[in-house]
Amino acid sequence: MLSFSETFQSKSRTITRRMFILSSLKITIFIAIIVRLFYLQISENIKWRTLSDKNRLREWKTIPQRGIIEDYFGNKIAKNTQVFQLHMLPEDVPNIEELFFRLSKIIDFNKKTQTSLIRRMKKRKPWEPIIISDNLSWKEFSRLNLFLHEMQGIKPVVAVARQYLDEGSSSHIIGYVSEMSVKDLESSELLRSINAPGLKTGKNGLEKYLNEEMIGQPGLQRFEVNAYGKRIKELKLIQGVPGKNYRTTLDIEVQKFASELLKDKSGSICVMDIYTGDIIAMVSSPTYDANKFVHGISSKDWQNLINDDKKPLINKSISGTYPPGSTIKPLVALSALENDVISPKTTVECRGSIELYGHKYHCWKEKGHGFMRLREAIKQSCDIYFYEAARRLGIDRLAITANKFGLGNKVLDFLIEEKKGLVPTTKWKLRNIGKGWVLGETLLAGIGQGYFQATPIQLCLMSAQLANGGHKIEPKIIYNEKTSQFTSGIMRNQFEKLYRNKENVKFVLDAQFGANNEPMGTSYRSRHIKSEYIYAGKTGTSQIRSITAEERRLKIKQKDLPYKRRDHALFIAFAPYKNPKYAISIVIEHGGTGSSSAAPIAKKIIKKVLDRHQLRKKYHTNLLWDI
Amino acid sequence: MIKTHFKRDNHSLRDKILALDFLLIFSILLLGIISLFAMYSTEQGKLGYYTKSHLYRFFTFFILFIIISFFRIQVWFKSAYFFYFLVLALLFAVDLFGVTASGSKRWISLFFINLQPSELMKIALIIFLARFYYKIPTENLTNLKNIIVPFFAVFVPVLLVGAQPDLGTALLILIGGITVIWLTGLKLKIFLYSFLFGICLLPVGISFLKPYQKSRILTFLEPERDALGAGYQIIQSKIALGSGGIFGKGFLQGSQSYLDYLPEKHTDFIFTLFSEEFGFIGSLTLLLIYVLIIYRITAIGQNSRNNFAKLYCFGFAAAFFVYVAVNMSMVLGLLPIVGAPLPIMSYGGSSMLAVMIGLGIVMSCKIYQEDDIN
Repeated sequence: MLSFSETFQSKSRTITRRMFILSSLKITIFIAIIVRLFYLQISENIKWRTLSDKNRLREWKTIPQRGIIEDYFGNKIAKNTQVFQLHMLPEDVPNIEELFFRLSKIIDFNKKTQTSLIRRMKKRKPWEPIIISDNLSWKEFSRLNLFLHEMQGIKPVVAVARQYLDEGSSSHIIGYVSEMSVKDLESSELLRSINAPGLKTGKNGLEKYLNEEMIGQPGLQRFEVNAYGKRIKELKLIQGVPGKNYRTTLDIEVQKFASELLKDKSGSICVMDIYTGDIIAMVSSPTYDANKFVHGISSKDWQNLINDDKKPLINKSISGTYPPGSTIKPLVALSALENDVISPKTTVECRGSIELYGHKYHCWKEKGHGFMRLREAIKQSCDIYFYEAARRLGIDRLAITANKFGLGNKVLDFLIEEKKGLVPTTKWKLRNIGKGWVLGETLLAGIGQGYFQATPIQLCLMSAQLANGGHKIEPKIIYNEKTSQFTSGIMRNQFEKLYRNKENVKFVLDAQFGANNEPMGTSYRSRHIKSEYIYAGKTGTSQIRSITAEERRLKIKQKDLPYKRRDHALFIAFAPYKNPKYAISIVIEHGGTGSSSAAPIAKKIIKKVLDRHQLRKKYHTNLLWDI
Repeated sequence: MIKTHFKRDNHSLRDKILALDFLLIFSILLLGIISLFAMYSTEQGKLGYYTKSHLYRFFTFFILFIIISFFRIQVWFKSAYFFYFLVLALLFAVDLFGVTASGSKRWISLFFINLQPSELMKIALIIFLARFYYKIPTENLTNLKNIIVPFFAVFVPVLLVGAQPDLGTALLILIGGITVIWLTGLKLKIFLYSFLFGICLLPVGISFLKPYQKSRILTFLEPERDALGAGYQIIQSKIALGSGGIFGKGFLQGSQSYLDYLPEKHTDFIFTLFSEEFGFIGSLTLLLIYVLIIYRITAIGQNSRNNFAKLYCFGFAAAFFVYVAVNMSMVLGLLPIVGAPLPIMSYGGSSMLAVMIGLGIVMSCKIYQEDDIN
């Protein structure tokens, strides 16, 4: 019994001893834990606090207001407007099918958009708002608000979006903005640095050229977010800086008027101030509604645009190249005069055609013009005379003059869509075609056919530089206070001269007056009677293929030919004749002859432009620039 | 003389209440209240399901704790084997008809509650070993019978729990068991040999580990290895703790937990949440409460006359310490994430039930500290 008690006691002692050992071990471990806590919470506190903030704070960029594009008079061509949008928070929608069904009764929301929406939804988190419609009509928006209380998870939003004039007269030159593409991001450092979701970028025209200036600086919203990226609350908001506004030299009234004149036609009208180089109008037809691109164009609209034979998406004023035809004759005449290969008194007999190495070269007038001097040859657009003039001049000397007056070079260097056109030379042919130049090609060049290619804006510039007395000007479309001064007459000496003998330029201008205002002139029927509108011009009809002998024999009229085979109608002019101010160029694709379809349009445009001249002048001195 | 050791239960209720260890009760209540605030914070300051459920459990189990403590220690001594085999049976039952959740079979559905028998095994094993060893003289400890029985008593539940798989609980059961065996006075030499043997078996053991368990161990060795995968929990836990600083971010201000960066914040990472909001000072206070509880358990064991109570109390104190130390070390990045709850603080019925039963028996040891077994 006693031994039992003794073992009992000794066991108790063993247990107690070991308990103490264990207790000291516990204390050691607890101290280690405290040290670790101290290390994390006090020594390394700043490090972990930084990481904690990095976890919980997320910043979002807000899209800045894009700069506005105005015309010369301050009318907004591209502006920012309120749009009505419908956003949806998928996580708050109890029954998506029911919601879609109800929405389809209220707004334009068909099955196709529904399925694409569901596809988009699957790629996103349920708390990320998704845009159901980004451009609702006011009618839809107000009706939606009426039924809003019956639907959960949707939110009508008033947002800002780009808006263009919907008549579309300036769509080509202004261009449009649209969703950023990967390519846009790759090519622009600025876009990469902003990269705010929903940011639109300029795709073409001035919207592209001025994109980086017009975008502005994005604002910043700082949010506290949870582990799944959901925004919990806004902590900070920095407003963005709106982009720069731009005033252009365009006159939206003239733009609209010109666009209306070209309705149902395919072509271009350009109007330029002959001293300042201000482009008053630059219209391409047919046009398109740039607004459709802002919110993503529907595939049907897109197909319609790209399948249209008249190529509405192309800015024909700068990207369309046409043989200049007879509109180049004043320039050929000037070049020949300047190089003393002919004189105003040089006489050539026109019998309707000439022969060269067995090949026949025709005049547009089959019977021939008879004996022609230079002024009459320009006035009546005698081809035979200019074959002779070109033969004497040679292609390379003609090319020098043509280049000087603006052909073969880009007019508005900054627009990527612009084409250079082509002024052929012997060197060019050898290098690009690999064959030597032949004389026959010089003859064709003399009437603006053959390899010659010019854009409407080049023809306008050529006409302007002739009309201002042969001085070099800088065409522009963005208003510039310094160079847009009304310099007519006063500052002429400052311009670079493009001529050798002033009289030669005067002669050519006078001949254009004859063509437009004297009987037998090619555009006589489109003249103005009232003295203040009297203008001078030159028609052109450019063949897009050679006329076969068969057709010549049958005397097929232009209007009887299929559309695609008809000639382009061209016209260049300057107005008023006395003390000229504006130059214009008109191209009607497949329009038939210059005198029948282009010149009548010029008559109307010139009246419009001259009517607005006083207003423009006044507006300049007032210098309104206060948006 | 011996007779005097065997006092019968002649305690009145008043005596029993006066004999309670009030410091221990105070500590437990304090811990319970802190745990409720922490639970409230996990629900972003809303009185939600977790807080309410935790409150009901704590309240119920606290009453259970008092009831248990009023029973004579002999009752618990006698039911020790029964309790152990009951829990063991439940463990087998789990293996057969357990409820599977997140890839492991740990729960058994008993009418109205889902029970996690592995948590109860933590206590059951300690009480079993305390009874088994209480009167075996030190020199008889190395008898074959005295080696074989405890060996199976420890390893059968450990293997069952490990196979669920629940590595964390299995290790905690193992550590608790080994501690009691060591306390009885088994020679260190034997532990050393077993340890070496265990090391040799380690590669075999590793081959039984699930891929996620292996990745947890690798992650512990290098948390940044997979910052968004397996390392995510430990990194987010360290960010939460470290950003708490000296005084913490304030009650309900813990951005890491509030914004859901902190994983398992109701259960294993409750200490992280608490520490983020109350800082170093708060953590130290919480640690002090645990130290107090462990100290009281040890003191009760020391003051008990019988070796069963001594062994049980010391064993339970050691196990309790291990739960606290393993959980804290885990969230502090000192141990791999093994899934060990923090006693009373963590959400979880079975774990709290086990701890409260354990504490109840400790309290019974206190009330009947003058009693002897037999």
